[in-house]
Amino acid sequence: MKAAHRPIQRPRDAKLLVVSASGLLQYAPRSELASFFRRGDLLVANDAATLPASLAGIHLRSGAPIEVRLAGRRSLAVDDLREFSAVVFGAGDHRTRTEDRAAPPPLRAGDTLALGPLKARVLRLLDHPRLVALAFDGTPDAIWAGIAQHGKPVQYAHVAEPLALWDVWTRVAALPVAFEPPSAGFVIDWQLLRALKERGVEFATLTHAAGLSSTGDAALDARLPFDEPYHLPQATVDAIAVTRRRSGRVIALGTTVTRALEHAASQRPLHAGDGLADQKLGADSVLRIVDAIVSGTHEPGTSHYELLRAFASDAVLARADAALLANGYRTHEFGDSVWVERSTDRPAAARTRRLHIAQVSRPRARAESSRPAVPLPRMRSPQ
Amino acid sequence: MSSPLPTLQDLRVAVTGGTSGLGLALVRALHAQGARVAFVARDASRVQRVAAELAGTHGIVGDIANKTDTHRIALQINAALGGLDVLVNNASSLGPVPLALLADTECEELEAALAANLVGPFRLTKALLGSLSASARDRRGSALVVNISSDAAVTPYAGWGAYGASKAALLHLSRIWNEELAEHGVRVISFDPGDMDTPLHALAVPDADPASLKRPADSARELIAKIVAEVAA
Repeated sequence: MKAAHRPIQRPRDAKLLVVSASGLLQYAPRSELASFFRRGDLLVANDAATLPASLAGIHLRSGAPIEVRLAGRRSLAVDDLREFSAVVFGAGDHRTRTEDRAAPPPLRAGDTLALGPLKARVLRLLDHPRLVALAFDGTPDAIWAGIAQHGKPVQYAHVAEPLALWDVWTRVAALPVAFEPPSAGFVIDWQLLRALKERGVEFATLTHAAGLSSTGDAALDARLPFDEPYHLPQATVDAIAVTRRRSGRVIALGTTVTRALEHAASQRPLHAGDGLADQKLGADSVLRIVDAIVSGTHEPGTSHYELLRAFASDAVLARADAALLANGYRTHEFGDSVWVERSTDRPAAARTRRLHIAQVSRPRARAESSRPAVPLPRMRSPQ
Repeated sequence: MSSPLPTLQDLRVAVTGGTSGLGLALVRALHAQGARVAFVARDASRVQRVAAELAGTHGIVGDIANKTDTHRIALQINAALGGLDVLVNNASSLGPVPLALLADTECEELEAALAANLVGPFRLTKALLGSLSASARDRRGSALVVNISSDAAVTPYAGWGAYGASKAALLHLSRIWNEELAEHGVRVISFDPGDMDTPLHALAVPDADPASLKRPADSARELIAKIVAEVAA
């Protein structure tokens, strides 16, 4: 798939591919997203704001220039930000592909890093020469101010122009805890939220510290996604319960929302509060909460793609991939979107009986499955 | 001093222009009544002084008239308070000093007044709508944006063109936004604090008798009563 290389969150020609529970494909302009929701559905978004997590500076022991990409934190508590995990690069910046970036100087515990107004100390290496735990000096307010002033959004070579914070904050961005944008949420604007409300669709949020999507290092990439802390508000738990009672569907906006909800649901009953999502979702995962995911397009082999395998069979995803490619869908964070419903043949045994009943009594399930298959569909013209 | 209002306890409030005049009085009163307060101002040393004086408040250095500062400020507000319930857009620019007739006002002076009094509050509010709407969902009460207004927003005073026009625009922006955001539980209101004894007023009317002017602390108390009424609604 070709990369979307301009930082535009909602291009007017953005496209949507809908993969139904029965494996049917449907093409639509993304401006029609709201029409795929039904009365009683619930959309859950990640309202994490994106940190400017790329910090350029100097490794003081060697004098070498480095780029530190903050990558993880153990909690979301706003005053618990001394210690981060971080991926360290050598000289250069995002214009070089991460795979081609120079290695940093050898790092060891005790090294100090001068990062603009910030000073950080390497606490230890995390089983990899480029992945470190580091601690910032100073008060929480001073650290936040330093990150705000000096940091830049993490970005990759496929987008050439430097990203500003407003390029990577979704319309509902709140707590600054994401290391990369929860980019599925770029589809949201206030007009969409209004349209959903008019359709009788509820909207809720959680806060999930979306981590790096790529490090350029095969060994590190294999460890993605790192553990990600999240906060699930009581209002969202309540909204999910109401949705279930009304036989509505829970639609997760993005992989981070799916990961957080399914992690929270693994300790039943679903409860509000803080958690640390440490599971990897894939073909063998049972989805307890999420009925469909709206996400960017992802390429096979990435952790994001693995997560889609929890929703649909490999055969269906392969057809979807071919369709995305054949129809010029764009990938990466500013690209087009997919809507993937949890396949009817995916295991749902772990759901409660009541929820299972709610599933089969979906009002429009029959109409959908009788929709004709589209083997080689044509694009509907946008607008 | 009135007794502490229970509804202010732990309310997360951000105030721009928080190191002088009404903003400072507001920060002091909110802090005294148990709110969690972040404040924004341009001058680092003044921000530091106020933050040191009022332990537990969070001082943020930034210029709301500057586009590139907006998200940095919003980030620090959200981080300092863990979200936001109330935003008070208080920072204002008078326009040309001394006050000038509109026909003598340079376009750059009008633009600067619009940047500080209209576009700045617009941008900062927009950047903070995520946390404000999250507050409304979580608390099941209203989140609130207060835009500080003036009678010059309504009455055409000669010599107050840049200020009056920018405040009139802000007043109308508040009314439209209040309509649009009602469904998300975010209220947007205007508050006219009256003629106060503040640095801004001294710039506008250098020979005014301070005794004839309201004390900022009195206006702050009125505004806090209004905030309490709105967020409890």
